[in-house]
Amino acid sequence: MMGKGCWMSSFRLMDKAVKGPMISEPGNERPFQRAAPGKLTAMVAWVVMVGSLILFGLVTSPVAAQRPTPSDDEVNRLAKEMYCPVCENVPLDMCPTQACAQWRALIRQKIGEGLSDAEIKEYFVLQYGDRVLSEPPRRGFNWLIYILPPVFFIGGAVIVLNVMRTMRKNVPGTDGPEKDFLPPPDEVYLTRLEEELKRRQENDY
Amino acid sequence: MIENLGFGVLVITLIVCIYGIFASFYGLRKNSLAWVESARKAMLLTFPLITLAVISIVILLVSGRYDVQYVYNVTSNTMPLYLKITALWGGQSGSLVFWSWLLAAFTTAVTLRKWNRDREFLPWVIIIGLVTLVFFVSLVVFVENPFVRFWQTPTGGRVVSMFQPVEALLINPPDGRGLNPLLRHPGMIIHPPMLYLGFVSFVIPFAFAIAALITGRTDDRWIRVTRRWTLVAWLFLSLGLVLGSRWAYDVLGWGGYWAWDPVENAAFMPWLTGTAFLHSVMIQEKRGLFKRWNIILIILTYSLVIYGTFLTRSGVLSSVHAFAQSAIGPLFFIYLTFTMVVSLGLLLYRWSSLRSEGTMHSVLSREALFLLNNLLFMGILAVTFWGTNFPLISELFTGQKVTVGPAFYNRSAGPLFAGLLFLMGVAPLSAWGHSTVKTLGKALWKPLVGSLLVLVAMYVGGIRQWGALLALWLCALVIFITLYEYIRGVLARQRRSGEILPVALWNLASRNRRRYGGYIIHLGVVLMALGIIGIEMFQTETQATIPPGGSIQLGQYEVSFTRLDLFDTDDGRNVARATMSVSQNGRPVGDLFPRRDFYYDSGQPMTIPGVRSTLEDDLYILLVDWEPITSTGVTFKVYRNPLINWLWIGGFVFILGTLVAAWPDKDPEPTRVSVSRRNIASRQADG
Amino acid sequence: MTTPDEIQPIPEEKKLPPPWVVGLAFILLLGFLVLIGMGLRRTQMGPIVIGQKVPAFTLTTFDGQVVNTADYLGKVILVNFWASWCKPCEQEAFELEAAWQLYQPRGDVIFLGVGYVDTEPEALAFLHQFGITYPNGADVGTRVSQMFRIQGVPETYIIDQEGRLAYVKKGPFLSLSEIQNAVDQRLP
Repeated sequence: MMGKGCWMSSFRLMDKAVKGPMISEPGNERPFQRAAPGKLTAMVAWVVMVGSLILFGLVTSPVAAQRPTPSDDEVNRLAKEMYCPVCENVPLDMCPTQACAQWRALIRQKIGEGLSDAEIKEYFVLQYGDRVLSEPPRRGFNWLIYILPPVFFIGGAVIVLNVMRTMRKNVPGTDGPEKDFLPPPDEVYLTRLEEELKRRQENDY
Repeated sequence: MIENLGFGVLVITLIVCIYGIFASFYGLRKNSLAWVESARKAMLLTFPLITLAVISIVILLVSGRYDVQYVYNVTSNTMPLYLKITALWGGQSGSLVFWSWLLAAFTTAVTLRKWNRDREFLPWVIIIGLVTLVFFVSLVVFVENPFVRFWQTPTGGRVVSMFQPVEALLINPPDGRGLNPLLRHPGMIIHPPMLYLGFVSFVIPFAFAIAALITGRTDDRWIRVTRRWTLVAWLFLSLGLVLGSRWAYDVLGWGGYWAWDPVENAAFMPWLTGTAFLHSVMIQEKRGLFKRWNIILIILTYSLVIYGTFLTRSGVLSSVHAFAQSAIGPLFFIYLTFTMVVSLGLLLYRWSSLRSEGTMHSVLSREALFLLNNLLFMGILAVTFWGTNFPLISELFTGQKVTVGPAFYNRSAGPLFAGLLFLMGVAPLSAWGHSTVKTLGKALWKPLVGSLLVLVAMYVGGIRQWGALLALWLCALVIFITLYEYIRGVLARQRRSGEILPVALWNLASRNRRRYGGYIIHLGVVLMALGIIGIEMFQTETQATIPPGGSIQLGQYEVSFTRLDLFDTDDGRNVARATMSVSQNGRPVGDLFPRRDFYYDSGQPMTIPGVRSTLEDDLYILLVDWEPITSTGVTFKVYRNPLINWLWIGGFVFILGTLVAAWPDKDPEPTRVSVSRRNIASRQADG
Repeated sequence: MTTPDEIQPIPEEKKLPPPWVVGLAFILLLGFLVLIGMGLRRTQMGPIVIGQKVPAFTLTTFDGQVVNTADYLGKVILVNFWASWCKPCEQEAFELEAAWQLYQPRGDVIFLGVGYVDTEPEALAFLHQFGITYPNGADVGTRVSQMFRIQGVPETYIIDQEGRLAYVKKGPFLSLSEIQNAVDQRLP
């Protein structure tokens, strides 16, 4: 898996060097500069130019055409973080419907075109709405979901600390029954107490 | 005939319940024991009546009466007998009858106890139990009737009704639609009943809490009475959740054990407040604190049960779990409103009488740590609740649907869970009343050192993610503390009684089951945490399409596709089964058989993975069924889930611990107690 | 030693919490319940109710044109939600196109097809397969389908000349005459 990652990034570097812009479109090659004047030189220059262009085309187009199809793992890596726009709460990599198969093919195509993860997700959001993302995008109303739980927790902590502080300020004369120490035992009392306890235990569920 | 009997019995039940409610109120007003006794007898009558209804449904299911709509929807000829019986809870109306049956069982059981010391609670508990029963049975009788049948009217139209329409003829389909194949699994036998048992049984502590609020007896009597009931309810709910998780992992969830699906969350939220409640009541019993917390927690637990059922059955949230949308949504909503408003009103009415009897002295005392415990559980509840409801609320305000997925929950609740893990270790070591850093440190330092050694070992072993390191360190800490407590207790006991080790261990636990059962439960939780950390942080996966003879590599595993078998089975399935040979680090370790079953009657497929389980990890292979399965190429998905089996082992330990904790203590041994330095040491060890 | 069966309730001050606490607690509870109730009503109600005015929306067709329903006020608009991955949609595709052929010359009826969460190549292939000629566009961001609160595909909505929703059909049309009946009833 590490190897695949490295391969992707090095391939993109190559992409940059050869093509320039990320998105490949036919006929997007960088134009060459015009050569110097002089008829023969001009003709030679033309031949050289055209020849190089052809050579250039021969070299790059197979590369562009042969960009290996992104593997299932690459598609799934992205599909795992996205949700089926139609069936609710089903991640895109596990959804069995034909629609989801089409979307995974679309992801594969976009990865093949060289789009980044963020760009592909953005495309999906544009086409199909916010639902495809695994978390609400951080804008507008959706901020509430990120802010409210911590606010609630901190608020609760503040209340609790306050209650504890007021409690500790109170005179500790009203302690609950301390169960750590027993008075010196009185035999008769003890046996009667035990009998009563037994009786109570039987009565309780 | 049987269906009419079943329906009639339910109508009678409804009448009996309503009578019981009125009798109880009348008995309260007239201060008449006789009327309350009559109400109690009415309550006792409900269980046998609903049992008759349940038997009717089961007979209809087993005998293939497809003219009954419910039977048609959930059974078919090819389904085995055990699935036909469990189809009782396979659909909306049947599961409502099942719920009512369990509810009647519990309320009847609590009515059978000795009420000598709690006479004033009795009428109110009866009323609350019967009101709940009236609600659920009314749903069945008036809205979701499992006994309705198919009729053909003279004009040729098809009608579904309980009683015969004028001049209509009964339609008798030859076969049913059958249960969704995903549900045709042994998990169907036990997961829904356990969950329902958990949900339903929380009505008992709730009823007592409300009775306590109404009568003003807000001391800890109601808690003592319901202590075991609460534990039983919590046990069933925990069991239901763990079983659901295992079932999802086995078949349903593509190697996932929990998806933070809205319906899963609906069952998880009452568990959260229920666990907090379980812990918090100990404080009220021992120190008279947290009275308000406890009332709030049990009201929340019961309200969340109703709310969760509402979410699942009303169609408000859609998920793979949800039942089809129906008219019971609004009715559940009304019941929920009624419950919550009344509970809140009573709570505020009795607010001042719920004042604490004690004070908290130190921030590190056990009471304070339990308070932190409550806070953390409420925090996780807030995250879960908000995440589950946010898509609904967001759609109301923005018109856009959003999804809240596991990433949100993991990030938000993860730190809180880590905090709970830490508390689970530290809190048992803190003392009641007074505790300082020194006393806590003295109890803590040996296990702490042990856990730090483990931390170093893990780092050296190659784990670098700081989240994993932190979580694993916490697990080690809690394990060491638990073992340390057990060892200390056993040694102290041996010093005093001279018993041999196993006997000392047994006696230690049986004299104080709550404490030592609690330790086992915590141990179980830590093991489960271990499994969760393994699969969440270290899972690897891969997917590829290979021809027979090809192989897939995932880390140290190599999976070779040996052959593909395609055949039909007797029970109406078409099976595509792949034989995969697995080798680990070059060494063959066996064959796995992932397969795809296609059910002819319902037209739905199901994939069953081939899994190799060890303590270290699971190798989990799925046959991807939406890609074509041909002799030239099949698509497989392979997961490696490290440590996942500790999740199930931990679940088992967890349940075991709960049984230990729930079992009544042996009689306390009468011992002469004199205050001396030596005895203090041994007594403190005993707890 | 006997214990009394009844325990006297401890007399205490029946003091309620301060009114603002009571008020706040109930407001929060009722507010939450109201939200949930609204959500429930939404699911129960389903799509836009017949008789309601349908807000105008724009659709960018696959050919690149922008269609705005506000421009068609005074005409009957038939909006059909479909998808290439939806099997039942195929059942009504030919019939819809045939109906369009009948109504297009009149000039006062317009058919709009909205592709619901579809991928462009497959959507175009679908249209080509069934020879659909009326304007079709993708529902970008699922805004239109969420406005109508559709529950699935195919669904058809007919908007009358005053811009109000006049007819809802869930599921595929079973015949050409069914489509004709639906549209004719909205024509003068």
